[in-house]
Amino acid sequence: MALESFKDIAIPETTTIYPIQWRSRIYAIVGLALLLGITIIVTLGIGSTDIPFSTLFHILLAKLPLIHIEPTWTINTETIILDIRLPRLLLAGLVGAALAVAGTTYQGLFRNPLADPYLIGVAQGAALGAIIGFMLPVSWQLGSIPLLAFVGAVSAAAMVYFIARVGKTLPMTTLILAGVAIGAFLAAITSYLMFASGDKLHGIISWLLGSFSLTSWWQVAMVTPYILVGTVIIWLYARPLNVMQLDEEQAQQLGINVEQVKLILLGAATLITAAAVCFCGIIGFVGIIITHAVRLVWGPEHRFLLPLVTLAGAIFLILADTAARTMLAPTEVPIGVITAFFGAPFFLYLLRQKKRAIF
Amino acid sequence: MFNLRLDNVSLGYGKRIVLHNVTLEAKPGEMLGIIGPNGSGKSTLIRGITRLIQPSCGKIFLDGSDISGINRQKLAQLVAVVPQNPTLPAPFTALEVVLMGRTPHLGLLRYEGKKDLAIVKGVMEATQTLAFAERRVGELSGGERQRLTIARALAQEPKIILMDEPTANLDINYQIETLGLARQLCLKQKLIVVVTLHDLNLASQYCDRLVLLSDGKIYCQGIPETVINAQTIKDVYGAEVYVYPHPVNKLPATLVVSDKDKSLFEK
Repeated sequence: MALESFKDIAIPETTTIYPIQWRSRIYAIVGLALLLGITIIVTLGIGSTDIPFSTLFHILLAKLPLIHIEPTWTINTETIILDIRLPRLLLAGLVGAALAVAGTTYQGLFRNPLADPYLIGVAQGAALGAIIGFMLPVSWQLGSIPLLAFVGAVSAAAMVYFIARVGKTLPMTTLILAGVAIGAFLAAITSYLMFASGDKLHGIISWLLGSFSLTSWWQVAMVTPYILVGTVIIWLYARPLNVMQLDEEQAQQLGINVEQVKLILLGAATLITAAAVCFCGIIGFVGIIITHAVRLVWGPEHRFLLPLVTLAGAIFLILADTAARTMLAPTEVPIGVITAFFGAPFFLYLLRQKKRAIF
Repeated sequence: MFNLRLDNVSLGYGKRIVLHNVTLEAKPGEMLGIIGPNGSGKSTLIRGITRLIQPSCGKIFLDGSDISGINRQKLAQLVAVVPQNPTLPAPFTALEVVLMGRTPHLGLLRYEGKKDLAIVKGVMEATQTLAFAERRVGELSGGERQRLTIARALAQEPKIILMDEPTANLDINYQIETLGLARQLCLKQKLIVVVTLHDLNLASQYCDRLVLLSDGKIYCQGIPETVINAQTIKDVYGAEVYVYPHPVNKLPATLVVSDKDKSLFEK
């Protein structure tokens, strides 16, 4: 076995080994970003009042600085686009992105393909918080339901974390088991409260199934900072997350401070999940399936996987919400129903297409 | 001169001490073999040197400084491990796994540059893994995966390589190639190689010095000729073997005799 002095190898040779897959993944990121833009513009025009593309385009252009367009549309149309559909669509996109990123992070940390954003009690905590909110007098409900859902989600995850901690380390199996136990405990309380809630049950179930109706700009403004900051932090830790796919011992021997990375990633993923569910309810499926779909197509390297799932999650939930509000208009279908009903067959199709190890 | 020194080190898990009062030293250009029966503490020693577990007494020094004061990233620039039967994530490509070896040299925000790729290419050539660089790890054989982890360890550009049973999954050809490579790294790159081995013949042929562990203690250490003989092997392993000088280089060679021929052996 000939051993060259590999520390001084001439650099031009490297072109032959440059990982070609990287390039196709970068194209994929650009492609999905464009697709997200197209999705936003197309779905803005779809709804109970169909708005022609030219009008839509002019309304959006007129909002840009330095451009003046004489309005040829009614103020009503402008309100529908800018104050009803746009914030709703943006929230759906943000939530989809957040759930997909959080799901990818949990799957990576736990090295388990079944992990999802709700694994360590976040969903059950949010549900309990929200239901307590529903029990409040009607006039207090508007702001308190999301606030209580957020607080419930974060405290459930924090409780799981502190229970699972052993000295200075956090064994991931203990964390999952503590999450399941706390989740079951909170779900028991939630079930009883629902049972005893009487005429508020319909509202609670609607919340639990998820919905983006009644979204306005302030909700988008509230959620954006959390999701933005959390997602950026997770993106930054993509390489440590890759190395942690080996196992904790090897990751440490490669110089990763495993306990610190776990804490940061769990914290960020929990925060964005809590922010995602607090206004629109527990939307299932996005957090587990988008990751697998993207991984099937573009591979497991987290530095590409994370941006790709962010975009794919946003696109998926915007499309799902468009279906939710138009399919049986004027009645809305709960979005949780749509995500699973259309997402599952698509995922099964992908699974059959690429028969190879994905995890 | 860069060296590895263990000074009266005891290592264990919680209250259970696995290795007692180990003192040893390794210098650059030296291949140190750790031999001993199953459960004698070989892997624990490697865990201790990479600071996965803290010594309950004694200190481990790298280049004169106590490793408990070196941060994990810096330590990974100095010490690389070739683990025994490592978990490798199936969907990653071989190249991606070797690139992980560059982790200790890259900050959070830095992507692998041309230099990193050049190093990775070099080590993949040296370990004959370049041919399957784009294949998924899940599709590789045990031997290919073993060589891949050696490539990953080399990509760390360490001063010390710790190999835990590197030949366990390999056929005789790759056993020779792997230990040959380890020896060349010792001689040409002036690395310290510490290798745990079950095969006493490979240990004798390739290592400059051997440490024989027995029940968590050093039974004896020194050049192969002094460590491997019929008496020490019987004392430590409890096995009757026949040791004679290798016909080519006179190093001790261990032969096994089966029960049916024990009577011939006794003559």
